Amino acid sequence: MKIVLQNLTKRYPNRNKKIKEDVIAVNNFNFEIPDGQLIGLLGPSGCGKSTTLNMICGLEKPTSGKIFFGDDDVTDLPPENRGVGMVFQSYALYPHLTVLQNIMFPMENLKGKDKMTKEAMRARAEEAARMVQIDQLLERKPSELSGGQQQRVAIARALVKVPRVLLLDEPLSNLDARLRLQTREEIRRIQRETGVTTVFVTHDQEEAMSISDLIVVMEAGVVQQIAKPQLVYEDPINIFVAKFLGTPPINVFEGEVKNGIVYIGGDAIIKAEPDSSWKEGAPDAAPGAALKDGPVTIGIRPEGFDPEKDGELQCGLTAVEVMGRDTSIVATNAHAANGSIRTIVNTEELAEVSGETVNFRIKPSRIYLFDHETGARVRCRFTPLR
Amino acid sequence: MNTNTDFSAIEKKSQRNERIRKIITYVLLTFWAVIVLFPFYWMILTSVKSYSAYNSEYVPQLYTLSPTMQNYFDAFTAVPLTRYFLNTLIFTVVTTLLMMVVTVLAAFAFARLKFPGKDILFTLFLSLMMIPNELVIITNFVTITNAGMRNSYIGLILPSVTSVFYIYLLKENFEQIPEELYKAAKVDGTSDFKYLWKVMIPICQPTMVTIAILKVIECWNSYVWPRLITDDQAYFLVSNGIQEIRENGFGRENIPAMMAAVVVISVPLIVLFLIFHKKIMAGVSRGGTKG
Repeated sequence: MKIVLQNLTKRYPNRNKKIKEDVIAVNNFNFEIPDGQLIGLLGPSGCGKSTTLNMICGLEKPTSGKIFFGDDDVTDLPPENRGVGMVFQSYALYPHLTVLQNIMFPMENLKGKDKMTKEAMRARAEEAARMVQIDQLLERKPSELSGGQQQRVAIARALVKVPRVLLLDEPLSNLDARLRLQTREEIRRIQRETGVTTVFVTHDQEEAMSISDLIVVMEAGVVQQIAKPQLVYEDPINIFVAKFLGTPPINVFEGEVKNGIVYIGGDAIIKAEPDSSWKEGAPDAAPGAALKDGPVTIGIRPEGFDPEKDGELQCGLTAVEVMGRDTSIVATNAHAANGSIRTIVNTEELAEVSGETVNFRIKPSRIYLFDHETGARVRCRFTPLR
Repeated sequence: MNTNTDFSAIEKKSQRNERIRKIITYVLLTFWAVIVLFPFYWMILTSVKSYSAYNSEYVPQLYTLSPTMQNYFDAFTAVPLTRYFLNTLIFTVVTTLLMMVVTVLAAFAFARLKFPGKDILFTLFLSLMMIPNELVIITNFVTITNAGMRNSYIGLILPSVTSVFYIYLLKENFEQIPEELYKAAKVDGTSDFKYLWKVMIPICQPTMVTIAILKVIECWNSYVWPRLITDDQAYFLVSNGIQEIRENGFGRENIPAMMAAVVVISVPLIVLFLIFHKKIMAGVSRGGTKG
């Protein structure tokens, strides 16, 4: 079942009654979620991702815009008639019912021709329980289960009436790190097995990257970018997306472009030339800005730095941190956004690093330019200076 | 340095302390139990003393050597006690059931629904708790009398089918149920009423039981209202019916027969309390520990 969101907008009246202007939680969201895919809605808290999910679910009514499941307009349907399954952040299991009764609950409320016999309900519930591997726990109460088990019950309950759409609202944030990893693979497996179109809300980029088919990055109610996970990381559409994805985060510098050379302070870093395959304003072109001389915001991923004696970017060395697999160099640069930068380097390259300063070469594939004013990506290609 | 501690001596000492503490505790508890249970003993004792023996005791005696069941017989024959019993039963059951329905629905509305003026209405409700019962009784009496409902079950029952305090208690309880459970139930296809019935009420069951039992006790013991609103024996409850023994009996009030009647009407409540006392305490403490 594909989901179509058409100009979806949600406004709330401002809490502060003196301000007449509404708060726009979701602004003009247009998207067609392909059938059977797992979509990650990613963004900082308060960006409107949960509101979007609640609107798809029917718990909140959009101020304007439409929602379609397949060809059905469901905008005005209450949640109970939409055929959605939802897993809440706190699982929202019914504390007075056993696991089996919890899973059977959605089926007990079916009316008319969908009404099921007790035996059929039980069989279906047991099948769902087996899928999430809790068939040993059917007689327990939710309070007697661990967090991960409760989570599975919630998923089984959401899946048992074979929903057209499965919605997950930060389902992993109450689990510990190890369980989170395990459960997210589980969710992926179950989603593949059932083939149900799934929307997954999270503020954890790693979670979204690891299991989504497509990631929707949102900020302040506006969709920033919709793309495959790796593409969102490698080809960010603007400075917000670039900053939001990646740990450690991207290093941002204020620099400028002069005669096709990118400068950070006095250091010439890299050559930049307009991307010949990209035309500003062309209908199929990715949004962005054209390369021009003048001030520019530069983003360099932590792994884009090569420490080298004659590297172009000069920085003061603060610390070298070895953290198991990774080694990171913390350095200072007057033009970096908060004065310091963090890089991830190969341990072999560490020999180069000692003393008060460190020089880096910048890898052309890991540097991005953004428009100084709008933050839009500047479309260009890079070649090393030497 | 001698580090050999005599552990056995310490243990003995602590055991002795423990025993002394226990003895003191039990002595105090026993003393308290005697104070609490003495009225019950006095009631039962008086109910088995014969009318003449009771009246001839200048100083009431703490025991009797010739117990009699005659008083119990008198209690049922001097006045239609069975009838009063039945009335009380009808009054209690109907009032409690109606009150549960009313308070649950009202509490649900205050806790869950959104409607204009909700907060003001609730504040008004709460302020009703400030008005003493006696004041309300006067207006209720006028209302019920004008409606021609004196000497009827409906007149007895109507004023007590709601309780601001229980609405407040239930509302607080309902509000502790997380919002997400409501959303989940919506997604699972329940209506508001079904959610109330299948999720909220079962979760708040301890409080519901407590309220029901407290209401039963209140109804069973109610005296002023039934006394005011009924003067037809056919509608007397046990509470004001017992007064009839005193007034209609023999030349002098028949205290032992009254006591026998009191024993009979107390037994159901005591049994009820013994069965449910754990639940009552659970509900009260649950209602009281809102963070």
